[in-house]
Amino acid sequence: MFPTSFGPWLDYTINGLVIGNIYALLAVGLALIFGVSHLINFAHGSVYMVGAYIGWLGITKLNLPLPVTFAAVAVGCGLLGAVIERVGLRPLRNAPRIAPLLATIGLSVVLDQSAQLLFSPDPRALPTQLPSWRIAIGGGSIGALDLLIAGVGIGSAALLYGFLRFTRLGWAVRATALDRDAAQQCGVDVDKVNRTVFAIASALGGVSGLLVGMYYNTIDPNMGFQAGLKGIVAQLIGGVGNVPGAIAGSLLLGLIESYGIALFGTSYRNLFAFVALILILVLRPNGLFAKARRLPPEPLTGTFIAPSRPLVLPGWLIGLLIVAALALPFAVQQPYLLQTLGNAWLYALLALSLTLVAGTVGQVSLGHAGLLAIGAYASALLALDAGIPVLLAVPLAGVIAAALGTALVFPAFRLRGHYVSIATLAVGEIVTLVILNWESLTRGPIGVTGVPPLSVAGTPLVSGQWVYWIPLVVLLVFAGVQTRLLSSHLGRTLRAIREDDVAARSYGVDLNRYKGLAFAVAGFVAGVGGALMAHFYSYINHETFPAPVSMLALTMVILGGLGNVAGAVLGAVVLVGLPELFRAAAEYRMLIYGVVLLLLIRFRPQGLLGTV
Amino acid sequence: MTTASTTSTPTSTPSASVAPLLSIAGLVRRFGGLTAVNGLSLSLADGELVSVIGPNGAGKTTLFNLITGLDTPDVGSVAFAGQDVTGFAAERLAGLGLARTFQHGRVFGNLSVLDNVLVGAHTRLRAVRPPLGLPLLGPLAELGLALLPPAAVRAEEERLRAEATEIIALFGDRLTPRLDKPAHSLSYANRRRVEIARALALKPRLLLLDEPTAGMNPTETAEMLEIIRGLKGRGLTILLIEHKLDLVMQLSDRVVVMDHGARIAEGLPSAVATDPAVIEAYLGHKAVGAANQDDAAAVVPTKRGIGE
Repeated sequence: MFPTSFGPWLDYTINGLVIGNIYALLAVGLALIFGVSHLINFAHGSVYMVGAYIGWLGITKLNLPLPVTFAAVAVGCGLLGAVIERVGLRPLRNAPRIAPLLATIGLSVVLDQSAQLLFSPDPRALPTQLPSWRIAIGGGSIGALDLLIAGVGIGSAALLYGFLRFTRLGWAVRATALDRDAAQQCGVDVDKVNRTVFAIASALGGVSGLLVGMYYNTIDPNMGFQAGLKGIVAQLIGGVGNVPGAIAGSLLLGLIESYGIALFGTSYRNLFAFVALILILVLRPNGLFAKARRLPPEPLTGTFIAPSRPLVLPGWLIGLLIVAALALPFAVQQPYLLQTLGNAWLYALLALSLTLVAGTVGQVSLGHAGLLAIGAYASALLALDAGIPVLLAVPLAGVIAAALGTALVFPAFRLRGHYVSIATLAVGEIVTLVILNWESLTRGPIGVTGVPPLSVAGTPLVSGQWVYWIPLVVLLVFAGVQTRLLSSHLGRTLRAIREDDVAARSYGVDLNRYKGLAFAVAGFVAGVGGALMAHFYSYINHETFPAPVSMLALTMVILGGLGNVAGAVLGAVVLVGLPELFRAAAEYRMLIYGVVLLLLIRFRPQGLLGTV
Repeated sequence: MTTASTTSTPTSTPSASVAPLLSIAGLVRRFGGLTAVNGLSLSLADGELVSVIGPNGAGKTTLFNLITGLDTPDVGSVAFAGQDVTGFAAERLAGLGLARTFQHGRVFGNLSVLDNVLVGAHTRLRAVRPPLGLPLLGPLAELGLALLPPAAVRAEEERLRAEATEIIALFGDRLTPRLDKPAHSLSYANRRRVEIARALALKPRLLLLDEPTAGMNPTETAEMLEIIRGLKGRGLTILLIEHKLDLVMQLSDRVVVMDHGARIAEGLPSAVATDPAVIEAYLGHKAVGAANQDDAAAVVPTKRGIGE
């Protein structure tokens, strides 16, 4: 495990620098985009994946010479970048700041799912046509591909430097990054600058994807998610929007990962990146190379969330719907229908939890599935290994998810806006990775089998009606509690934090205390939801609650209306219940979610029932 | 040194013998190469209304941020009600009775007018926020009391609601008919009023108003003048940033003039208005011309107000 001679260490160093170079191609693009549009582009990883697939088509299907393949990847991804800017972001220029962030998430889902439909979800080999010689240096060795990656990295950095330094358009890009309005008043075509930057960034990202595919000789439609995150991590290490910082941060991240793997093994690889991310966000939120304190940002008066007039459902209608929902199993006996709706109620618990955090308090969490995972594992392991009765294990799991979830997100409480989303995304990944690696507790990649079902007096409650009723009753209880919470002084306090945290602080609102309360309540609700899922599914593993579940939850919340309790339930029924009932092919489902998210952001950002 | 203090006779400040409510000493705040506040000292007695005026970029809002804990000074100290509060967080200062409004208006857009004002009363919630002083139990008790409110909590909420409605009624029928409307639907002037109502709900010992009449027409400004005069009449201590000089002249016990982060003059409104250093800061002697110094002095106290 611990290499003692010098040679392997040199190999790890070279490997780290090569990977760092690849991250740099991603991070530089992200930094450029952030510079001109103040947006962290979550779709960047998907562009990288598209680059890998264009390369795969060029190399294995069309048998193009390698330089032509590279050119095709750069041009193809550059065009894709320009399209992303035009379709996904330019229409949202005057929208609240949350909108472009969500749009890039939606675009990312759409691109990943389209690739999965076109090329199948299975990984494919991407053979390299490069000669297989390796130069031996001091016990380590360098291959042709390593040199190519280094060359592409250094070459693109030089080209980019020349472009930004010596061309008119490059000046325009730098001017826009410094002061968008001033540049526009001096006659800079800011739209063109944005388009150019997205094109350049995407071309670099696509080339990076191709190089990674060649390096590992494998590509798959989901490769972009982790890579995009790594690019974001690298960029944050260097300081957002800082191009040289992004390169330095990338090389550093590559080395950290490579040495980390050398010391602890491959399965910990991503953990280092995400732990590094959380540390950076908490300790040096402006990056390692940031100078001393800067001017505080101008107040953004409630612009993160759109103004809205919520639709208030009359009490009699809600009562009627509740009675109808409770009575449904008497009218309908099809187990399939009841099971589907039961599943929708379970997801509604997740949406209820997320709408409190993302909607009411405005902390847009992208790692909410992590809370489900904590609840599910806590309850399953308490029931199986500690022998605690299931009916007691479920609420205990809620408490554990509340405590652990709040503690994990606590370091991110001082962050705002997009940074909260990145930090929670990382926390979600960390939860999954800890579950995967802490084998003595969680059984690692095998997962937990034979989770006992809910039972009363020895009778298991597994029939169709119970699978429907239990989640529904739990949901109704929590929805009632949350409605009550929103109408108390806590409701206005939490919403004040969302609207303007600086003004809230000036009126004595302790942000940590109330964010903590909201995350604790949300953690309890999601934890109980995850626990119920574990007992209904009877088998869970680290992939039962993957990152797309977090995106799905966010789509439900936005569909229903941020902070809207009835909206969260509606969102879950529409997005989980309806596709199932209409038998939409399972593989199209995530694509539909992505498209729904994009359309909502563009045409009805306040959701169906409105922000509360 | 630029602090050319002018004609501040001891009798001009009420209760000058008592310890000041707010006292600022040698405050410095630098942003990179720019010194926004440069060695400023200032004190405010109970019941006094002091205005801070000065050209744009003089450091007035930075001064407010330093006093209210949204920013921390590089050098210097702030004492409030006899306690050194330098570096205290904004939420803690609010708890001590410091309330402020913001230059560009920072209402909670999606909250109703009433809820905006009720957030102002946050520090006065006692029954629902028992001061347990324990890190975890305090918030959990608050959650429990909010979900299952006992009679005391319900009574407190009712009392605060009644009080908030009363404060809103200070503004006549400007806000009262819009009690349940979201703040984002209000006019700019009405949002400023909501901000002041929110600050009053805190029951402040010291109220800091950052350009309360910005964006208001003459009628609305006159209305606001009467409201501030009324607050002063009730004995409230107020620190006011304002560009409309006729308002400043009518309301202030004392005026502090800032330029380039430092105090360039201080004294009675009438004295400050004719101070050559002030005129130079506002108009720049080159622009006026040395020969016309006397004319320039005559320009200052006119009705329109300068610096707009």
